[in-house]
Amino acid sequence: MARITASVYTSHVPAIGAAIDHGKTAEPYWVPLFKGYEFSKQWMKDNRPDVILLVYNDHATAFSLEMIPTFAIGCAAEFRPADEGYGARPVPTVIGHPELASHIAQSVIQDDFDLTIVNKMDVDHGLTVPLSLMCGQPPATDFRWPCPVIPFAVNVVQYPVPSGRRCFMLGQAIRRAVESYDEPLSVQIWGTGGMSHQLQGPRAGLINAEWDNRFLDRLIADPEGLSKVPHIEYVREAGSEGIELVMWLIARGAMADVAGGAKPTVRHRFFHVPASNTAVGHLILENNA
Amino acid sequence: MALSKPYLDVPGTTIFDADQSRKGYHLNQFCMSLMKAENRARFKADERAYLDEWPMTEEQKLAVLARDLNWCMRLGGNIYFLAKIGATDGLSFQQMAGSMTGMTEAQYRDMMIKGGRSIEGNRVVGEDGDAQAHRQPQGRA
Repeated sequence: MARITASVYTSHVPAIGAAIDHGKTAEPYWVPLFKGYEFSKQWMKDNRPDVILLVYNDHATAFSLEMIPTFAIGCAAEFRPADEGYGARPVPTVIGHPELASHIAQSVIQDDFDLTIVNKMDVDHGLTVPLSLMCGQPPATDFRWPCPVIPFAVNVVQYPVPSGRRCFMLGQAIRRAVESYDEPLSVQIWGTGGMSHQLQGPRAGLINAEWDNRFLDRLIADPEGLSKVPHIEYVREAGSEGIELVMWLIARGAMADVAGGAKPTVRHRFFHVPASNTAVGHLILENNA
Repeated sequence: MALSKPYLDVPGTTIFDADQSRKGYHLNQFCMSLMKAENRARFKADERAYLDEWPMTEEQKLAVLARDLNWCMRLGGNIYFLAKIGATDGLSFQQMAGSMTGMTEAQYRDMMIKGGRSIEGNRVVGEDGDAQAHRQPQGRA
């Protein structure tokens, strides 16, 4: 059977993608940020999964106001990097895993989560920036991501976004779905977005490092309790866009300890302010079950 | 019974909820159209004529022409959609965010490098933080 080997959590700030794409990673502003991911890139090489289920949000790119799915799973064979108004990022096309994605869709929907199935979609920085941070820029001679990726988009643009509780339970359903897949694939689940940031209004630029670090502590040690934090606390304490952090609870819910297994190993933890308007947080948790 | 909106007392913040989305539908869909290079070119060539192709309110059109993002948000705009206007103008997201704070671009960038805007005094309307209306040159969000 397939199994979830690890979960990865990271912010997906678009300016990080722009810094990589325009060769600015060695500039003093960006050095501390990319230093925090050096371990992670090596870890990815040493622990390459067969598939990544990447939880992210679309930023008015593939989904306009015509359709706003709360949870959408990408079942296509491939997904192109989107033109978000500055031209598409020069990164590889994302190769999907239609068989596992369809299996997860069928299993999770029967487990009471009404996913939207998407068979055609471009992917924006929410998905490609985490891949760049964790995998680096693939060389021109072998221009591809290290493995197939299943995009899993969550609405965090139009309020209300799904609750932390709902996200945490969805992660548990995803774990059950993966473990009922016959082929022995190793699967990583990534939760992306956050941490504290606000991109709008006179309060733009808000950062709450203390709250962010408490979130990281609780995500590791008390995800169940953390999942009960209401929306208003994210908005008030971590900024209107800090609410993206509910997506981390999907990845955390898929870890074995939530279902009575062993506690995960914290392989890496990193926090940095700022990347553009945003506090950057990053965790790698390995399953021990 | 009205829906509960516990976020209305967060200072300097407009939550893009279902009511805002309904108000801003055509404004945001206009922004979305700027994802296509040929539409960006047409908009830049004659902004008013391009806006007149959309069933937006006159005030929404004026807010776009003025590039006043706080005004756009009051009329139902969402920042991820409004960002397409900024991209058309060649602005970074940080320049757009900064434009809503009453600070210069350099002041805003410096604030971020120093750790961002403090949460203290900025949790609830009526405190004394720097995002509160009485400390903002442009008044309420």
